[in-house]
Amino acid sequence: MSSDVQPVKFYQKGTRTVGNRLIDEAARTVQASRERSNALTSGHRACQGCGEALGARYALDAAMRASGGDMIAVNATGCLEVFTTPYPESAWQLPWLHSLFGNAASVASGVAAAMRRQSRKTRVVAQGGDGGTTDIGFGCLSGMFERNDDVLYICYDNEGYMNTGVQRSSATPPAARTATTPALGKEPGNVFGTGKFAPKIAVAHEIPYVATASVADLHDLEAKVTKAMGIEGARYIQINTPCPLGWGAPPHETIALARLAIETGLFPIFEAEHGRVTHVRQIRKARPVEDYLKRQKRFAHLFTSENDPRIAMLQARADRFIAEYGLVEA
Amino acid sequence: MLEQIEGSKAMARTIALCRPQVVCAYPITPQTHIVEGVGDLVRTGALGNCEFINVESEFAALSVAIGASAAGSRAYTATASQGLLFMAEAVYNAAGLGLPIVMTLGNRAIGAPINIWNDHSDAMALRESGWIQLFAETNQEAADLHVIAFRLAEELSVPAMVCVDGFILTHAVEAVDIPEQAQVDAYLPPFEPVQSLDPDDPISIGAMVGPEAFTEVRWLQWRKQHAALERIEALSAEFAATFGRDSGGLLRRYRMEDAELAIVAMGSVNGTIKDAIDELRAEGVGVGLVTLVAFRPFPTQALREVLVGAAHVLVIDRSLDPGMGGPLASNVDLALRNLSPAPHLHSAIAGLGGRAVTKTAMRQLARDALADAWEGPRFVDLDEKVVARELHRSARERRCGPSAEHVLKATEREKIARVKAREAMR
Repeated sequence: MSSDVQPVKFYQKGTRTVGNRLIDEAARTVQASRERSNALTSGHRACQGCGEALGARYALDAAMRASGGDMIAVNATGCLEVFTTPYPESAWQLPWLHSLFGNAASVASGVAAAMRRQSRKTRVVAQGGDGGTTDIGFGCLSGMFERNDDVLYICYDNEGYMNTGVQRSSATPPAARTATTPALGKEPGNVFGTGKFAPKIAVAHEIPYVATASVADLHDLEAKVTKAMGIEGARYIQINTPCPLGWGAPPHETIALARLAIETGLFPIFEAEHGRVTHVRQIRKARPVEDYLKRQKRFAHLFTSENDPRIAMLQARADRFIAEYGLVEA
Repeated sequence: MLEQIEGSKAMARTIALCRPQVVCAYPITPQTHIVEGVGDLVRTGALGNCEFINVESEFAALSVAIGASAAGSRAYTATASQGLLFMAEAVYNAAGLGLPIVMTLGNRAIGAPINIWNDHSDAMALRESGWIQLFAETNQEAADLHVIAFRLAEELSVPAMVCVDGFILTHAVEAVDIPEQAQVDAYLPPFEPVQSLDPDDPISIGAMVGPEAFTEVRWLQWRKQHAALERIEALSAEFAATFGRDSGGLLRRYRMEDAELAIVAMGSVNGTIKDAIDELRAEGVGVGLVTLVAFRPFPTQALREVLVGAAHVLVIDRSLDPGMGGPLASNVDLALRNLSPAPHLHSAIAGLGGRAVTKTAMRQLARDALADAWEGPRFVDLDEKVVARELHRSARERRCGPSAEHVLKATEREKIARVKAREAMR
């Protein structure tokens, strides 16, 4: 045998595809405990395969565990609000307040202020979709950040206004077809060179904690929420939550698509503290963006002709994220 | 103790005596001195256990107050004009959620054209939002109404707006008796919310309500406003008993005995009108005044009772609904519906964007209402020459440009011409 034996590599780094056996006991996937709070309980009206419902359930239960159940949730208008609280039903098993579409961060600041004044240790979590967060609620969010109010804001990012029927938001990726960026004309889908990556703007506020997470890695999501709950001040987590309806994919593809978003580099998973990136979830080998795009109807117009140049442009977008955050192992 | 003090400072000190736990501040003229004043009292420790939050917009100011109130804390903010419109969505939301937030409105005109001076356009724009709206006549009343507003709002779990004329009251220095802490504490018990976010008793607030229940929810809001009519009277009487002076109430009468003409107005303009009435009465003209303190809820019954004998009712509006006329006049008209004998209603628009409402103009208006009635809204002290010139100019060419700037130019030219004419005379 030659001396330069290829080292053994197990699948993608950081995944659990090799099973529980090789993982530290504390980190293993186990059956949910009967003590689980089920803050967002069953019976709500989310679509099959809804990434947001999954993300919210895991995020809030992690937050409930971290706070010993002593917390209040504030919700922006959107899918999550609508599918959980059709009067007189409510899927929330925690104190929950919905005010408006664009003010969840401010309302949460008010709740946090009230808790301080009442000498209560109750923690406050605000949540909303990408429209309620990166568009209409962005002023309030930035205000909450810069005042360093003691709020954890969670954005469930499904890359569009899904509740109102799939319209473009500032989190919609280039080329994606939505009801307001239809796959029509010379440049079908969402325009290149537009939109924003809100986590980066959150980092620029130099708040104590910013993280991105994904429903494809619930352990990581839970760990980040738990970590955030242990920090005082303004915190922000943006969770990539695929939307079967809006993205044009079958419900069983939700996790696969969220994983591909990570593995292509299109959704970088990282943490930042006080304005500096402190941890990046690396990928062993970046997958080509086609693998991600071709499984979604919102990108179908990219595959109607041979070698649509916009696929390369989306690859370049992924490559920029890979380079900027050092996503691929050296 | 009576002291000479700026209206905003008097209000700030009285608001502090109400012990708000969360105060949201965002600057907008002419309200700013109030939140500055409260902020000072928080910094010095005079107002303890209070979170003073500098927010990034009026929309956030009221949203923070919504969160604080829903979490069981007494919340306060102040705004004016554009600020009220910027937070409009939250104004309705606070009322719909039944959160007893108290907000001062330093009444100011709404642009365009941008104008920082006093009128009632802002309060009128949100008169249907479900808030209680109380109008102060003096700075003493402006201060006192806040104490009543907190008590009333919290009793009924409905938000209340104290409307205070910008500059005329907010920036005026006059004698105000600022209450003692013990008096306020005796009158205003600690906030006991009817709903509160509590992990030990988790509830959902702000659920979606469909056609099956929306009407009922709205009806309850309507009923709450009706209950407020009674409570405003009762709480004002209790206020008088506690503090030894009259403030608030639904409305006040001035020289209404045997009045042939009743003037109806809100806010600081009532002082000028009273002076005009004194003169007219001395001249033998039967004029009286009804000062509305409560605009929402609208005291329909009380108004009918005071106006039933009058032959003429003259309503002074300090705002304009361009497609209809005076909002207050419309409301008074509705209140007088089917009243027998029905008074003749006259509507006047006065004091827009800070235009001074003079005693002379009020005297003339009252005499005209009795002798020379008019139809529709009359614009008091309107410069007919300026508007005629603008109408003529804009009729001449399509691309005639912005009218506000042209009117300004025309009035400026006239002023210069007047000065020159005076100099030539000399």
